[in-house]
Amino acid sequence: MTYLTHAAKLTAISAAIAMGGAAVQAETPELVIYTYDSFVSDWGPGPAVEAAFEETCDCDLIFVGAGDGAALLARLKLEGARSDADVVLGLDTSLIATAKNTGLFAPSGVSASFDLPITWRDDVFVPYDWGYFAFVHNADLAAPSNFRDLADSDLKIIIQDPRSSTPGLGLLMWIKDAYGDDAPAIWQGLSDNVVTVTKGWSEAYGLFLEGEADMVLSYTTSPAYHLIAEEDETKAAALFDEGHYMQIEVAGTLAASDQPDLAERFLTFMISDAFQSIIPTTNWMYPAVLPEAGLPEGFSSLVTPDKALLIPPQDVPALRDAALQEWLTALSR
Amino acid sequence: MADRAVAIIAPRAWPGGLAAAAVAALILSALAAVVWRADASRGLGAGDWSAIRFTVVQATWSAVLSVGLAVPVARALARRRFAGRALLVTLLGAPFILPVIAAVLGLLAVFGRAGWVNLGLDALGAPPVSIYGLHGVVLAHVFFNLPLATRLLLQAWQSIPVERFRLAAQLDLGPRMVFRTLEWPLLMQAVPGALALVFVICLTSFAVALTLGGGPRATTIELAIYQAFRFDFDLGRAAVLSVVQLVLAGGVAVLALWFIPPISFGTGLDRPLTRWDARGGGQRGLDAVWILLATVFLLLPLVAVLGAGLAGLNDVPASVWRAAAASIGVALSSVAVMGVLALPMAALIAPRRRGGIEAVGLLGLSASPLMIGTGWFILINPVANPAALALPVTALVNALMALPFVLRILVPRLRDTLLQYGRLGAALDMRGWALWRWVLLPRLRPQLGFAAGLTGALSMGDLGVIALFADPERATLPLQMYRLMGAYRMEAAAGAALILLVLALGVFWVFDAGGRAGADT
Repeated sequence: MTYLTHAAKLTAISAAIAMGGAAVQAETPELVIYTYDSFVSDWGPGPAVEAAFEETCDCDLIFVGAGDGAALLARLKLEGARSDADVVLGLDTSLIATAKNTGLFAPSGVSASFDLPITWRDDVFVPYDWGYFAFVHNADLAAPSNFRDLADSDLKIIIQDPRSSTPGLGLLMWIKDAYGDDAPAIWQGLSDNVVTVTKGWSEAYGLFLEGEADMVLSYTTSPAYHLIAEEDETKAAALFDEGHYMQIEVAGTLAASDQPDLAERFLTFMISDAFQSIIPTTNWMYPAVLPEAGLPEGFSSLVTPDKALLIPPQDVPALRDAALQEWLTALSR
Repeated sequence: MADRAVAIIAPRAWPGGLAAAAVAALILSALAAVVWRADASRGLGAGDWSAIRFTVVQATWSAVLSVGLAVPVARALARRRFAGRALLVTLLGAPFILPVIAAVLGLLAVFGRAGWVNLGLDALGAPPVSIYGLHGVVLAHVFFNLPLATRLLLQAWQSIPVERFRLAAQLDLGPRMVFRTLEWPLLMQAVPGALALVFVICLTSFAVALTLGGGPRATTIELAIYQAFRFDFDLGRAAVLSVVQLVLAGGVAVLALWFIPPISFGTGLDRPLTRWDARGGGQRGLDAVWILLATVFLLLPLVAVLGAGLAGLNDVPASVWRAAAASIGVALSSVAVMGVLALPMAALIAPRRRGGIEAVGLLGLSASPLMIGTGWFILINPVANPAALALPVTALVNALMALPFVLRILVPRLRDTLLQYGRLGAALDMRGWALWRWVLLPRLRPQLGFAAGLTGALSMGDLGVIALFADPERATLPLQMYRLMGAYRMEAAAGAALILLVLALGVFWVFDAGGRAGADT
């Protein structure tokens, strides 16, 4: 008897939830955004972005986190056109060509005058933030000023594996772009500087902070975190004279979205001040469109490379496999 | 010694058959799903073959050294009684349940470039040693698995009835003769299974092998699978590599389990263990040295984890505590699932002369978590939202991963019990529930406690497949710890690692002590 009552209650409750859910759906549309894990964490941009957009959109914004950029793309490929996602936020320039080839993305009409070191032209993806890869070190270190100096030095570095990490792939592209056919020789020279290679950024940065290496591959904006969040001025990024490779993070709408208008509205919101001013101190990257209030204090002390490097997204797939092979050969000796 | 291998009575076989079939189906369906979604594949390349070679080499070294070192340590612990021994035995289990990254940071605090060992060497004017390379990979794997191997062997030692040692003492057998007559046959029985288990654990290593291996030389099969999934999106190759992993693990397991001689030390009166042998000063000194070495090696990195964690405890955000609650739920669910699967399977394996079926249990451990996660994602996605199932799926996968440990813990004891109490049980016509209730479960109690503790603790510390399924609302403690690290919050992450360590050890201790209550270990 008790069991039956209980079961009846449960049925009633689930029916109520289902109906309530349906009612809500009819009134407020849902916008599903796939993004990488750290974007949606409590200390990432996700919660603030969600609150800000929901204030204006009369909709329910749902973030779904999936690993990092590459994992995000793999998941989309698995789901295909059946995916629930309306927007994907968090692919970077290395992944754009592969993402376009899936045919899952719809062209967007959103454009703006982006504050990027390069001219942005893409009819599908809209950038929301960007940064330069750089080697981060303790401020008291006499840092090398290019890869050749680094290779000749006794300095120890920790890098990420390009097969499992976006910064790792970024470094591969950086050296390829700066040195072209000399890239294998540079890697050869760096091989005795590399203490170890980690699965992801977190492991590498953690090891660096433990004192396992003199420098770690990260971003020019990393010292800003230490400065602003920890009031710690002991970290700096090394300025390399061959230029710094960029990572531009982008978002796009899916062709199979059931909320195309809302998705487009989100992309417009994404390059507005409300979104862009959240980025610097949550994602620790440069906003794609400079907010009116400018950058937070602390960003002004960061090094700014003279030259921004970026391999055109459409050329990445062709270069990637060969560059990986060169990397493996040089470091596997 | 009773050489008879086939028990007179046996619990029903069909539930075990069903459980084994379910385990195989869960793993193979994931593999099938990946194969089904695969397009044209470029097949295995030269890099994949060298990954396979490296994986086998490091796993073999890790298994041989872990178990080889566990023999003297377990022997010393079995022969000695001292204050704090129970606590030490529990603490020695800690490395095994630490999240990988926390353990690696702990190891590096001791053996790293700026670690204590190198600071000491530097103070002495000696050149520094580098941990990075094959030896670093093996060192880390020994750190993880020496405690497990020690516990498994220790348990085997405890299966010798005290009456045998009494007899040995009456015959005035010295340590050497006791080793030959009692301990050697015991090792023959316990070592192959432990070797197979550690080999399989190390087979799926990825982050540890890469980080401490010092670069792409240390590419394992698991990393190659990772690359196939996300760098090349070549599901076919990922599936082939997963099969290689399964075949390697299965092959080693079947081989090892086949060699285990089905012997039993016969029954005793369950009196508290007293040892009359090895009372000489030399033997005492030797045991003390082994126990001390193992303690220092295993506990120093933990001290580093503890130190970093205490410093970061204040920075831990509230979400970590929510994640901790989720993790406890996952751990307890895993224990329940494990019980449902493992007891019938153990009952199926134990009465048989050879334990080949136990290899099925290894499937869960030897399958790539990424492959299982992706496969189930493909299967679940059309019918339900995978994120809604994140925690149940994690509990299930963690239970599957713990299954081989649990079987290795339960089967020898169950086999002995069936042999020893078989005739009595048959005479009383005990079957089904009565057999479990009055004979098997009471005799298995310490093993069940240990197995449940291990499952719970493992499940607590494992990142498993949650990363593939999770959404912001549902995170386990290890995932939350990684998220903190990913957001520069290394101190808070260290605090979360400490919470995780304490919770996992707590779960382990509650079950293990509950099982051992009243038993003399």
